[in-house]
Amino acid sequence: MWDYSDKVKEHFFNPKNAGAVPDANAIGEVGSISCGDALRLTLKVDDDSEVILDAGFQTFGCGSAIASSSVLTEIIKGMTIDDALKVTNQDIADQLEGLPPEKMHCSVMGREALQAAIANYRGEEWADDHEEGALICKCFAIDAVMIEEMVWANKLRTVEDVTNFTKAGGGCASCHEDIEAILEKVLAEKGETFDPEAPAVTKKPAIAEVKGPLTNLQRIKKIEEVLESLRPALMADGGDVELVEVMGNTAYVNMTGACNGCQMAAMTIAGIQQRLMEVMGEFIKVVPASEMKKLVNIEVA
Amino acid sequence: MTDIYLDNNATTKVDHAVVDVMIPYFLEQYGNPSSIHKFADGVARGIKRARQQVQELIGAEHDSEIIFTSCGTESNSTAILSAIKAQPNKKEIITTTVEHPAILSLCDALEKDGYTIHRMPVDKAGRLNVESYKKLLSDQVAIVSVMWANNETGTIFPVQELAQLAHDAGVMFHTDAVQAVGKIPMMLQDTKIDMLSLSGHKLHAPKGIGVLYLRRGTRYRPLLRGGHQERGRRAGTENTASIVGLGKACELALAHIEYENTQVKAMRDRLERGITEQIPHCFVTGDLYNRLPNTTDIAFEYIEGEAILMLLNKAGIAASSGSACTSGSLEPSHVMRAMDIPYTAAHGTIRFSFSRYNSMHEVDEVLKVMPGVVATLRKLSPYWEGDGPVANPEQAFKPTYA
Repeated sequence: MWDYSDKVKEHFFNPKNAGAVPDANAIGEVGSISCGDALRLTLKVDDDSEVILDAGFQTFGCGSAIASSSVLTEIIKGMTIDDALKVTNQDIADQLEGLPPEKMHCSVMGREALQAAIANYRGEEWADDHEEGALICKCFAIDAVMIEEMVWANKLRTVEDVTNFTKAGGGCASCHEDIEAILEKVLAEKGETFDPEAPAVTKKPAIAEVKGPLTNLQRIKKIEEVLESLRPALMADGGDVELVEVMGNTAYVNMTGACNGCQMAAMTIAGIQQRLMEVMGEFIKVVPASEMKKLVNIEVA
Repeated sequence: MTDIYLDNNATTKVDHAVVDVMIPYFLEQYGNPSSIHKFADGVARGIKRARQQVQELIGAEHDSEIIFTSCGTESNSTAILSAIKAQPNKKEIITTTVEHPAILSLCDALEKDGYTIHRMPVDKAGRLNVESYKKLLSDQVAIVSVMWANNETGTIFPVQELAQLAHDAGVMFHTDAVQAVGKIPMMLQDTKIDMLSLSGHKLHAPKGIGVLYLRRGTRYRPLLRGGHQERGRRAGTENTASIVGLGKACELALAHIEYENTQVKAMRDRLERGITEQIPHCFVTGDLYNRLPNTTDIAFEYIEGEAILMLLNKAGIAASSGSACTSGSLEPSHVMRAMDIPYTAAHGTIRFSFSRYNSMHEVDEVLKVMPGVVATLRKLSPYWEGDGPVANPEQAFKPTYA
């Protein structure tokens, strides 16, 4: 059985806001292929203030899916929909005092339901931009689809490359056989052959890991340093990244060139965030600068 | 209320009598059976007796046909790898889509090495098509491996008939009988089964001990080479205490085989009837007329298995599920998928598996709890409204799948 936190159990055994909200004006219905979980989120949004007055969930899913749904409704009640959109799946997982890596997708499903519900309120069509695959690296919760796309996009050749780019395989190393199988498959599709002896095409950037707390200036400099080290890989694909602002532990970036509007942008941002957290030794959230406009209402470059 | 254990297909409690016969082999007769001194002089006798106890349970002709291994998985791997090594020119293997991963993963790996794997499908009741099996048998096939009974549904395959057909075609036959041994009577000497795997912990012996039955005369190549243990067919110092424990467990299983097929079966039937009568929108999976006496696998529609297990666990009841979530995989159990059970039901399958340690009283306790558990979760389900599923569930709730 999973090692669920007390918070997960609390929300599973005594779910909050179960059932549909009557006269809801925002409905999000999403599912995750993993686990076959599915969630309908219903919201009652005040049309003048755009505050979420009530939220309810109906979930077909496992213990952590039900707990994620329940805690999500608790988080967003009373928020404006703009604020609610800033809730990340990590926020959901944090409120639950953590989820097992295999279950992180339950929190992702919660966030997607929220996005879908708000899109529905605004009369927009919500389309999901990522696909989930079989979980390969249990240490860092990296799935097969993510690894495959990274191998394609970054011309990766070795397990070491995959680890450098996705972190997959960087922990206990027991998934290296599976990563080799993915490399074999993708490289075959590209008409190449996988050579386990080949040198890595990427080198892990040598940046000293941070010890101790940072001043804001030091933090910004360090973030710049990390972005600089990742830039060659992005530029190889015709893209680039630019740091726009740092507020607390949130870094706002502009993805430019080929990265702009690329389907992979979200994943690249996740990769950058991962690398930043590794080096900085603290939680760093990387957010597209476009989100900042809504937040601070300033024009950005 | 004391906790109720209905997960005996996963593993069983070690019988007290089994523990008792094991203890001297830890504390007194702890010598290596190969040694010649008084710490070891009773060990060889203990192992010999255990071998006969296993022989009797499965009806083998000779006690030398019993090879002790470390587990069911080792027995399965040994059997298949032996068959392909002994017949290097035969590059095909026949098995089924519903085997245990101990067989399926090995076959997947062999497929990468160039073997052709024929995975026979099953129908909606989990049954094989013998006619199409006959067509697969040829002189290219190194081995057929078909489970005696399915771990999830308890469905029994006609392995004796399949073994006879393989024998007639000159093909080796192995069966993974980990779930069947000790639950249904068997007499291997009257069959054409060449190899059979069993596992101690499924029949009240400890974990870490298994057996490969190898019919005398079957061509064989060991998996582990080294010392002369098990007549050189499985090297490695004997797990003496567990071997002796397994012997005792086999003796007890044989003594209780009628009880298993009458009393234990009655408990299973009562639970199954009680649940399907009280709870709407649930059904039993597998071949209802050809099943292990101790197993029932019930699909509860519109809810998910792990959530059911968590609520049952809170009520002190242990069972297991074919849902994806309990294993961390992407899909519901391959057995449910092979039987074409719809996703909304396959994710909600719960397996209750009994042993002679269960009681009718426990069945009644589960029957009191189960309707409430299902109702609680259905109240949360987007496919459910009031007292029943929403009209056209697949239409009413159409999530965007990520």
